[in-house]
Amino acid sequence: MRRSRRALTVSLVGLASVMLLPLSAQADELSRAAMLSYTCAGCHGTGGISPGSIPSIAGKSAESLEKALKEYRDGSRFSTVMGRHVSNYTDEEIQLIAGFFATYCKQTVQSK
Amino acid sequence: MSKFTRRDFMKLAGATSAMGALGFPLGALGKADQGLAKVVIIGGGYGGATCAKYMRKLAPGVHVTLVEQNKNYVTCPFSNKVIGGLIKIEDITHSYDNLAKRYGVSVVHDLATDVDPVKKTVKLKGGKALQYDRLVMSPGVDFVWNAIEGYDAAAAELMPHAWKAGPQTLLLRKQVEAMKDGGTVLICSPDNPYRCPPGPYERASLIANYLKEHKPKSKVVILDRKDKFSKQSLFVGGWEKMYPGMIEWVSKSAGGTIVKVDPKKGVVENDNGFTWEGDVVNVIPPHRAGEIAQRTGLVDDKGWCPVNQTTFESTKHADIYVIGDAAVAGQMPKSGYAAGSEGKVCAAAVVASLAGVKLPEPSYVNTCYSLVGPEYGISVAAVYRITDKGIQSIKGNLGSPKDVDDTFRNMEAVYAQGWYDSTVADMFD
Repeated sequence: MRRSRRALTVSLVGLASVMLLPLSAQADELSRAAMLSYTCAGCHGTGGISPGSIPSIAGKSAESLEKALKEYRDGSRFSTVMGRHVSNYTDEEIQLIAGFFATYCKQTVQSK
Repeated sequence: MSKFTRRDFMKLAGATSAMGALGFPLGALGKADQGLAKVVIIGGGYGGATCAKYMRKLAPGVHVTLVEQNKNYVTCPFSNKVIGGLIKIEDITHSYDNLAKRYGVSVVHDLATDVDPVKKTVKLKGGKALQYDRLVMSPGVDFVWNAIEGYDAAAAELMPHAWKAGPQTLLLRKQVEAMKDGGTVLICSPDNPYRCPPGPYERASLIANYLKEHKPKSKVVILDRKDKFSKQSLFVGGWEKMYPGMIEWVSKSAGGTIVKVDPKKGVVENDNGFTWEGDVVNVIPPHRAGEIAQRTGLVDDKGWCPVNQTTFESTKHADIYVIGDAAVAGQMPKSGYAAGSEGKVCAAAVVASLAGVKLPEPSYVNTCYSLVGPEYGISVAAVYRITDKGIQSIKGNLGSPKDVDDTFRNMEAVYAQGWYDSTVADMFD
């Protein structure tokens, strides 16, 4: 899909999401940023809050996350796996991911 | 028949936003149960549990029932650590409580026996029937008994596969512990595609690690139906360093294809009539999509479920989705991590389908750690995109570097534990 068409689809989906999905404090967004960022949770924990030895990434500034990811990608920051992983992402995707974790809070659905 | 339309979904969204900033009280809506979309998920493993949780995160208005026959979940990942005597089975056993309490998933501990794709019902062994608007199947794999002559369910009690975690894991551990010093452990490794490509080689590694300390005259022989395997140079490099002379790998070309077993004698035979005798014999037989998927007519002639690889909707029946090991997911391997990744895409696709909106372009990832030793970790990482050829990796399967020091291997072993903790929390917490 061409970049401009994709961007248009994403913004239309975003608009539709606001109109159609219950966007209370508890519902996640259905967006390209979420689709990219959900995959990080397997290592970094749901919402970027990690229970174990892999660092948490939630709540860091978008600028610092974007910088870190780009430095992993170009090899100027040491990593065991992140360099390999981020080599797959474009600048645009890195920005979306960084923005997602900068604003995402751990959300739980309350149930009686 | 449940008929949940896009109009109903919009009405629900309207009602929800009228509730204010705190959102709606789930309990009340659950009890009302009028026009709420119903999703049933069969299988509470890496695929199904992750899908259930993420679906509730994306659309708290959707009623999600997770059907899982076991009260607790025992992970295949790290089960090799139990077999190698490093941890206990309790350490890899997890509860479904938080899925219910925190995410409002309705967890039903029962076995799904039949699906009617037209009436959109799921029958349970206990007698109940569930109605669905959308069905997600994550049934894992089932073994093809007697594909290897003599290897059936009864044989697995003497020659364990331990390729579904739980009692089989403990059985294999007991056998390894009871083996005499100087004995031989045979591992019969399957042909592609199979669940967990590096699994047999991690198993050989951690069994060798145990034997090195407790039964140092013993050997591990891998009899392989393949001529190459996942992370091969990394494993072989590690074996030469840590277990020199202990692990022998017999490739397909060298006669590793086992076609017949005698479970009582501990003997296996290859396709040339050559035999090996093992004191402990681990047979990983051919497998295919879980039985419920086969019975519902979701499989192709190879026994796996073809799907739309953007949404995971079955190409055989509408409104049924298949994820995890059972699905044909392009270049993605059959792994727990991949199943979790697919579960998230599928959750988004189901929600988008119910809401009548377009699904944003998916992303898929597989990251897998293997332990060559307790402090020696290796990994592969791949990111995938949807293309006109299906799910394809962008840069291939990228493995750990070859020439690194012990510190690097130690770090990857520490991160392997972190990866395990995070994937489990991402499913259940």
